[in-house]
Amino acid sequence: MRLRTHHTPKPARNDTLRPLTALKGAESGVVQELHGGACFRNRLAALGFTPGVLITMLQNRRHGPVLVTLRDTRIALGRGEAHRILVRPAQGKRC
Amino acid sequence: MLGQTSRRIRVALVGQPNVGKSTVFNLLTGLNQHVGNWPGKTVEQKTGTCQFDEWSFDLVDLPGIYSLSANSPEEVITREYIIREKPDVVVAIVNAAALERSLYLVAELLPLPAPIVVGLNMIDVAEQNGVKIEPHVLEAALGVPVVPLIATRGKGIRELLERAQDLACEDDQYTPHIPDIRADHREVLEQLEARIDGHVPAEYPLTWVALKILEGDKQITEMILPQLPQEGQREVIKVLRQHEDACVAVASGRYEWIARMVRAAVVRPRAGRITLTDRLDRWATHPLWGLVILSGILAVTFWLTYTVGSPLTEWLDSEVVSGLATWVRSALSFAPAWLVGLLADGIIGSVGAVLSFFPILIIFFAALAVLEDVGYMARAAYVMDRFMHLMGLHGRSFLPLFLGFGCNVPAVVGARVIESERARLLTILLAPLVPCSARMAVVAFLAPAFFRAPTVVAWGLLTLNLAVLGLLGLFLHRVVLRSEPAPFIMELPLYHTPNWRSIALIVWQNLLSFGRKAGTVILMASVAVWILATLPGGGIETSWLASLGRLLEPIGRQMGLDWRMMVALLSGTVAKENVIATLGVLFGASEGSSGLRAVLQTALTPAAGLAFLVIQMLFIPCVGTVGAIRQETNSWRWTAFSVLLLLTIALLGGLLAFQAARWLGW
Repeated sequence: MRLRTHHTPKPARNDTLRPLTALKGAESGVVQELHGGACFRNRLAALGFTPGVLITMLQNRRHGPVLVTLRDTRIALGRGEAHRILVRPAQGKRC
Repeated sequence: MLGQTSRRIRVALVGQPNVGKSTVFNLLTGLNQHVGNWPGKTVEQKTGTCQFDEWSFDLVDLPGIYSLSANSPEEVITREYIIREKPDVVVAIVNAAALERSLYLVAELLPLPAPIVVGLNMIDVAEQNGVKIEPHVLEAALGVPVVPLIATRGKGIRELLERAQDLACEDDQYTPHIPDIRADHREVLEQLEARIDGHVPAEYPLTWVALKILEGDKQITEMILPQLPQEGQREVIKVLRQHEDACVAVASGRYEWIARMVRAAVVRPRAGRITLTDRLDRWATHPLWGLVILSGILAVTFWLTYTVGSPLTEWLDSEVVSGLATWVRSALSFAPAWLVGLLADGIIGSVGAVLSFFPILIIFFAALAVLEDVGYMARAAYVMDRFMHLMGLHGRSFLPLFLGFGCNVPAVVGARVIESERARLLTILLAPLVPCSARMAVVAFLAPAFFRAPTVVAWGLLTLNLAVLGLLGLFLHRVVLRSEPAPFIMELPLYHTPNWRSIALIVWQNLLSFGRKAGTVILMASVAVWILATLPGGGIETSWLASLGRLLEPIGRQMGLDWRMMVALLSGTVAKENVIATLGVLFGASEGSSGLRAVLQTALTPAAGLAFLVIQMLFIPCVGTVGAIRQETNSWRWTAFSVLLLLTIALLGGLLAFQAARWLGW
């Protein structure tokens, strides 16, 4: 299963949109766009990564996977996968 | 009396992973279940029966899935089963503590032509998190029966069956509220429906098929497109091109519908509440402490194996097996000597050797089942992801590889959970290097014969195997496969107290399958070895097996091993468990385990003993594992590659270990 790379996010186009990996621990954001192959986006969407949903970063170290929570679910995502999810950072911090 | 009024209904259990579906299935069926494979697939199929109020329920436990797309074989199996096999009732288990997400699957199921009962499980966990759900409000909103459950305590199961029964009897009362597509896609959906109408197989609902095509579902699109006239095909493809974002939009629409349905039924706590899972995960998913906890758990498992398992094994061996052999000898004193020998030494000895691994296997299987059930396994996968990543694997590969500590067969078979074919192949090739409990048991048995600190040696050998695994993974990833990154998306379930009944059933089933394998393959091989070692007559020194061993002795001599040790290694390819059995037969030490140890102590130097153990740990996988590799890779080429690779590594490792130990003066 090869991910289509022509969907690679371009954060420069709209500077309020950031990849999920830009959120630090305990920061929240609202999912805006998913990039990648249809199969990959489909899986993410089914798990609840749909535009408009609030997502909170639980753990984001410099390397390795990130840990997020959304829709009462904790999900571990590879760094590459998290990079394909664009969010708009939410105002203020949320635990 | 039963026969007059009894009725059978077929019930399919569906649900997302981590909603307690298996607990419900185990609770209902208990020991009346059968584990097999879906026809033509490598996905596990669980079926079972249960009796309730003069009714019998035929249950199918469909695989745990998040949606009904065609992203995985599990998802295809589930939807094909519901559409084609038409179960009388579908019981959809949802997790009350993650209600919206687990209702997503229900939203996908509702348009299908099968009546649904929703089992609202884990209401206790939801309440602990401050979430209150009104089942009857949810029932009114969805238009399908909703039964609150606490499956781990068996609560609500009776009502679940009653509602399923009612639904099977009076299906005209069933009026589900089917989710609408979002307004901005309604027009395009109708367009698609009009295009494909008349070309959809009768059992598939038209709207559902159109929706799946709009979502970009490859399997359904490929099923329908060839049925359409050329112009229709072009039109459909054009519509799909214009709506490439539809796969996310349709899913969003379902979530919006769910949000409307649950709004009135759910009372949520204020944000910022710190749950037990939050507190535990602060440690369990920490990059450093997570690893410390993981190795601690592994250490405790091994400690249990050596302090509880090994003495039990010895007791079984010395009391039960030897006792039985003695009894057979005296009871059959009138029979010819060869028959007594075959029974007492060949068969009972071999069965005993297999049987004596059961205590260790029980500990391993139970530990794995407990870790899975409390929700820790996903944390282990998460903290291991960084390391697995180096080998082109990801955290998910850790689970099957970890299973390898119990037995390599479930490790190879368990690699199915990995979606990416490359990562799966890599996991399968690496799995035989995980020291299985049988190999560790051989080490636990033999190490005390050669070394004063057998536990240290056992740990050293374990570390060696894992180091070789890591290096080989790196090599295969970088040089042979050049793997592409595979998406790593994994849910971390909430921690919860384990259900002992469920765990006991898992342990029982694993033992049963091991027993079957042991009962046939290992027993036959052991008896064959006994025959080879006895015939063509006279002592072992003149047997066929000895000739084979002597043929290989020049290789063994490089490592201080004589022909008998080579024969033992050979028999280990049949099953690692056989190594001890063969040594027992060859060294004629039928007087129990301590007897064999004493004989080996005089026959081998510690350096040769170390070489033997190293080879044994790295050697060709047993026939069971080779069979599993062939089945899972579906390629003799990869199977042969795996065997030759491991043979080379094992011989090199043995040579190096022997030379190093000699240099140290052992």
